[in-house]
Amino acid sequence: MPQYTTFQPKPYRPRMSAYWYLDQWHYLRYALRESSSFFVAYFCVITLIQIATLKAGPTHYAHFQALMRCPVIIILNALALAFILLHAVTWFLLVPRVALRQVLNRPTPDLIASTPNFMVWFGATLIVALFILGVF
Amino acid sequence: MSSAKRSNEPIVWFLFGVGGFFAAYFLPIHIMLYGLAFPLGLAPDPGYDKTYALLQNPLTRLYLFVLIMFCFFHAAHRMRLTLSDILNMRHLNTILAFVCYGGAIVGTVAAIWMLAVVH
Amino acid sequence: MADTIILEVERFHPERDTEPSYQSFEVPLRADWMVLDALNFIKDQLDGSLAFRWSCRMGICGSCGMTINGVPKLTCETLLMDFAPGPVRVGPLDHFPVVKDLVVEMDDFMAKLQKVRPWIVRKDDFKPQREFIQTPAQLEAFHQFSLCINCTLCYAACPVSGLDSNFIGPAAIALAHRYNLDSRDQGQEDRLDIISQHEGIWDCTVVGECSTVCPKGVDPSLAIQQYKLTATKEWFKSFLLPRGKN
Repeated sequence: MPQYTTFQPKPYRPRMSAYWYLDQWHYLRYALRESSSFFVAYFCVITLIQIATLKAGPTHYAHFQALMRCPVIIILNALALAFILLHAVTWFLLVPRVALRQVLNRPTPDLIASTPNFMVWFGATLIVALFILGVF
Repeated sequence: MSSAKRSNEPIVWFLFGVGGFFAAYFLPIHIMLYGLAFPLGLAPDPGYDKTYALLQNPLTRLYLFVLIMFCFFHAAHRMRLTLSDILNMRHLNTILAFVCYGGAIVGTVAAIWMLAVVH
Repeated sequence: MADTIILEVERFHPERDTEPSYQSFEVPLRADWMVLDALNFIKDQLDGSLAFRWSCRMGICGSCGMTINGVPKLTCETLLMDFAPGPVRVGPLDHFPVVKDLVVEMDDFMAKLQKVRPWIVRKDDFKPQREFIQTPAQLEAFHQFSLCINCTLCYAACPVSGLDSNFIGPAAIALAHRYNLDSRDQGQEDRLDIISQHEGIWDCTVVGECSTVCPKGVDPSLAIQQYKLTATKEWFKSFLLPRGKN
């Protein structure tokens, strides 16, 4: 008589790599998109510093302007701009798809759904730029 | 069924969502001008007096306050999720929430304090 | 052009191995072969001990999902030719316990699916005497989400479901959404209790891969984001009107 043992499965439970976001381009793109948050916070702090120095007087504001000319800050700002543009584009493509679907209850092509967003973006940028440059 | 176990995440998600729009619509031009164009001399810096005059307008201050507050909360929420999911700090969830949202609150209070009164 | 291709197949024997390993097989490369045909060739001609699931061979049963070169796909719908000259890596779906070779354990997914009540819930004593008529618009509202075949490719593609095994996950939430959007259904409140917990929609960080890999064009990511909107509205309602519920 053969000896039988009952089946005792020991499934293999895979563990996720700590660097899972490097596995695929899509994951990396996601990680980059989410990293934009650090630069959003960074530039909010810069803006707070700008307001504080503005209130403190012309000499302090000159210090702020000198700080902005420092190469490290220029590089950080360029990075911040790149990351926040990535955030803006991904945001404009995703959000209207969800919101419009909620309102219309049927799918809308991404490009049509996000066009108003890009137009508002363009308008807002223009208005803020004109104010900052002192045209108004 | 009770709704007691429903998550309170909607409040931070709402702030995150509104902030996402503000960060996307308005932050790029701020960085482009104050962060790159003026320091690099690509556009004429309007200078202290004009910039200060702009700050004296209550509407500018309201705009800056709304922008900074929502952007801080947007960043805080996303930073929390980035740290917990991408940098594997899920076990520190409570501390992360405290630091990120706490930071956003501190930033908001600082913005109120600086923008409330400008002579 | 070479007339064979190398398939690197993940092998795991639950009674012998502690970790999976890869085994290479040389199989004919034919223009009309799917990866599933190559796996069946291995099982018939080269190694009968290879374990994998399949049934319909036409992308509707949802049982042959595997990871092909790192991406979750239905093997019956993936041309072998697309990977020429190879090699092609075939593994079980990510984030699931592996029973043997390419077979994964689905129990956890099935439990989650049941939790969200993916069927029509009625609160009244509605006893239909004839078919329940819906307008084309009412059908359109949920149709896309009803195409899910429970193949779980979306779970394998979702990093959050790998990081948090409690996450209810894309397919289950998309199916819950499908019933919420159905004009015949009255179970929204019950489902919201499950889905608006942290392990429901709030775990999702919109990687969006669930929608990319779905072989049936379902958009679970959209369903989850829509659900977040609904849950937020409900949260503010119950916050402003704490006694307003029913």
